[in-house]
Amino acid sequence: MSENLLTLSSVSKVFDTPSGKLRAVDDVSLEVRQGECLAIVGESGSGKSTLANMVLGIYPPSEGELRYRGALLPARRELAHRRAIQLVQQNPMSSLNPRRSIGASLRLALDVHGIGEKSKRWQRAGELLKEVGLPGDYRSRSPASLSGGQRQRVAIARALACQSDLVVLDEPTSALDVLVQARVLKLLNDLRAARGLTYIFITHDLSVVRNIADRVAVFEAGKLVELNATEKIFADPDHPYTRRLIAAVPVVTRKEEELRARLAKNTHEDS
Amino acid sequence: MTAPTLRISDLRLGFRRWAGTVEVLHGISMHIRKGERVALVGESGSGKSVTARIVLGLLQQVRSARISGLVEFEGQNLDTLSARDRARLRGTAMSMIFQDPTSSLNPVYTIGVQFHEVLRRRDPRLKMAEARQRAARALADVAIPNPDRVLDSYSFQLSGGMNQRVMIAMALANEPSLLLADEPGTALDVTVQAQTLRLMRDLVEEHDTSVLFISHNLGVVREFADRVYVIYKGRIVEHGPADSLFEDPRHPYTQALMRAVPRLTGGGIPDIEDVSEAYFAPLVVHEGCGEPEGAA
Repeated sequence: MSENLLTLSSVSKVFDTPSGKLRAVDDVSLEVRQGECLAIVGESGSGKSTLANMVLGIYPPSEGELRYRGALLPARRELAHRRAIQLVQQNPMSSLNPRRSIGASLRLALDVHGIGEKSKRWQRAGELLKEVGLPGDYRSRSPASLSGGQRQRVAIARALACQSDLVVLDEPTSALDVLVQARVLKLLNDLRAARGLTYIFITHDLSVVRNIADRVAVFEAGKLVELNATEKIFADPDHPYTRRLIAAVPVVTRKEEELRARLAKNTHEDS
Repeated sequence: MTAPTLRISDLRLGFRRWAGTVEVLHGISMHIRKGERVALVGESGSGKSVTARIVLGLLQQVRSARISGLVEFEGQNLDTLSARDRARLRGTAMSMIFQDPTSSLNPVYTIGVQFHEVLRRRDPRLKMAEARQRAARALADVAIPNPDRVLDSYSFQLSGGMNQRVMIAMALANEPSLLLADEPGTALDVTVQAQTLRLMRDLVEEHDTSVLFISHNLGVVREFADRVYVIYKGRIVEHGPADSLFEDPRHPYTQALMRAVPRLTGGGIPDIEDVSEAYFAPLVVHEGCGEPEGAA
């Protein structure tokens, strides 16, 4: 049994809204195992991004606690935790500073966390680009001169620059074309294997989840409704909401259609 | 035989830039018969949205655009129409649904007021009270449970799925013969997207509306369209009935696209090229899918 990297115990997040209190994340307990890819799926408003923001320390939980390698994560994160847990956002155009060269963006991450010798950091930025499959001399280019897929590779390189253990991927490929998506997913898979990274993969695309995740956590209206191994989720899901989600996925082959139909049929038996 | 609802022949588009002309469409040809749902599928930048904008006559107003080729709507060459006559077609005989429903509705007017405006395009003397009744019926058709409440709401008070349904109801309210749908439902959750597509499908079937469905999502296209054109960098590369194209993709680019889509049944992430010489191979047309000869 692999050890738990991150543990959430009865975590809730309550927002005050004009129409009363909103429990965006409601009493969620789960653990993220070392080296796994845990997918978090759900529709908009299910609380998946709120959960990610708590993991990243953007805001503290209203109730419950988060533990990283057994140690309590404080509301105000220390630099070491911020370095260990990194984020790749959905839209690489808005997550990279358009006025800064790509190399400067990468070097900034190294500067903040004091990684490596100062004089070597520019060179290191080039190496990081090569690790994500981009030419090293791209470091002097601006984000605007890159395609969406290339920019997303830069965002991944920046997350890796900090030698983090846990990467939160928030819809990393949903803004990309399908051919580009396949290549970025492949890169993410390869990096995880090579570096022993742990991923929290937030997405609404269940077809992607099927092919990249080890386990899947399904959220509905702030509640964790099902957490199971990927094979189990796509063969015989426990929760009717999971079935409904899978039944709505647009597919491209007959075989997938049959699977969908089989799962949808069971929905009616449940209700 | 009656003329197809839409016929495009050897359509070319370039944008004049300071550094020369950027070619966007390299002579595409396609057609949609009455009541047919035809999809144009391709990646971003392949030229799908500009095609719809040319059909609507919107791109012709852009000064840097260089357009040549034939666009025929119900047998009539659209180039021979005056700007005013073209404008009259929009919103009546042809209408469009955009990708993001929330940003295509005006936030400072209620849905009811906007609906009135839409209905008045066909019927300029229509009174608000009657427009309201017709709008309520149209909203009921898209399975909106409480049309009166929606008519009194602003777009920001409604969910994305609700706004998308309002857009569909508005687009179909004047019973257009051609509906252009640019990535409808992409901004929505999967369960809502599935519902929306089913609804749209039922409605266009009922009214025998021809649809040009623009999408990058192969799964959605498979679910919605009868016939599919695959476009790559401004060229149509494959054309066939949806069934045969998905069962048996023949062009290297279509094959790569199909392979790149992650499968719900598993199989891992495939290793494919995102650029290849092979993708520029000539057009493949499936049996029985040729372009019709124009009477023009």
